[in-house]
Amino acid sequence: MGFLTGKRALIVGLLSNRSIAYGIAQAMKREGAELAFTYQTERFEDRVKKFGAEFGTDIVLPCDVAEDSQIDALFESLKTRWTDGFDILVHSVAFVPKDALDGDYMEKVDREYFRIAHDISSYSFSALAKGAMPLMEGRNGSMLTISYIGAERTLPNYNVMGVAKASLEANVRYMAQSLGPRGIRVNAVSAGPIKTLAASGISGFDRIIGFYETHAPLRRCASIEEVGNASAFLCSDLASGITGEVTYVDGGFNITAAGNI
Amino acid sequence: MSDIEQRVKKIVTEQLGANEADVKNTSSFVDDLGADSLDTVELVMALEEEFDCEIPDEEAEKITTVQQAIDYVNAHVK
Repeated sequence: MGFLTGKRALIVGLLSNRSIAYGIAQAMKREGAELAFTYQTERFEDRVKKFGAEFGTDIVLPCDVAEDSQIDALFESLKTRWTDGFDILVHSVAFVPKDALDGDYMEKVDREYFRIAHDISSYSFSALAKGAMPLMEGRNGSMLTISYIGAERTLPNYNVMGVAKASLEANVRYMAQSLGPRGIRVNAVSAGPIKTLAASGISGFDRIIGFYETHAPLRRCASIEEVGNASAFLCSDLASGITGEVTYVDGGFNITAAGNI
Repeated sequence: MSDIEQRVKKIVTEQLGANEADVKNTSSFVDDLGADSLDTVELVMALEEEFDCEIPDEEAEKITTVQQAIDYVNAHVK
């Protein structure tokens, strides 16, 4: 029997079979969870529904996390399907226009990029959590988001997204403190670089991957399957003592100062 | 039609949801086959997977037609 048997998980951020959310869905499904997905716009409706079918669910609902009304509508709809609540919220979403992720930080950062990056990549986690809270209380619920080491250290081109990920990680801690008494845990996985559609917007990303392959203790990055496994664990009752934590799944890269020189 | 040409066209057809007949060597992904920026990113990723190669960003930007994709694969994949 899987360690998520009987759990229900809402996964936000599945776009392709390269998405980190896809790796998470695979692991959670394998461990026995029942899944639900969202899609951002009609353009992605059919493809996410296809993934839904692959993971044995027809709960595939629209939600653009930039819109409060859509977040409200998401949980209204979800309530009609999972009438007595659900257990797991996965947030695997980040966005800033591509131009912000190419070039010098000070040249590229501006009020609008800063606002968009923080709104979509950090605030949306709290926004979804607010909607999910009433449905997750009293069930040993668990929320999870995906971060990156750019939150804590600098690297080229990641720019304002690193600042937004720092906000997201602080968000995890404040959410954990607020939701702990209601029996809900909140954690993040800080994944190594993974070639997803979203990451394709980051200039020079392939060189960052190469850097990990040279310098990380495991001499490679982590896969979406590995991020998925750690995520499934953190959202399960096996991790019942863990909250407010950022867990690295990055081949060990975060411990290095000079690496394999 | 060479094996590589066939495989490239198959991927373009699948990724862009195009009609096979519309996918010509001269076809531009954006102008002729209606691809948007996300489609072109996914297309490059699909080519990398099919031909087991890494296409650097700078090179990927230059691949805008079916023929350019075929040429890239011919030049870089053994």
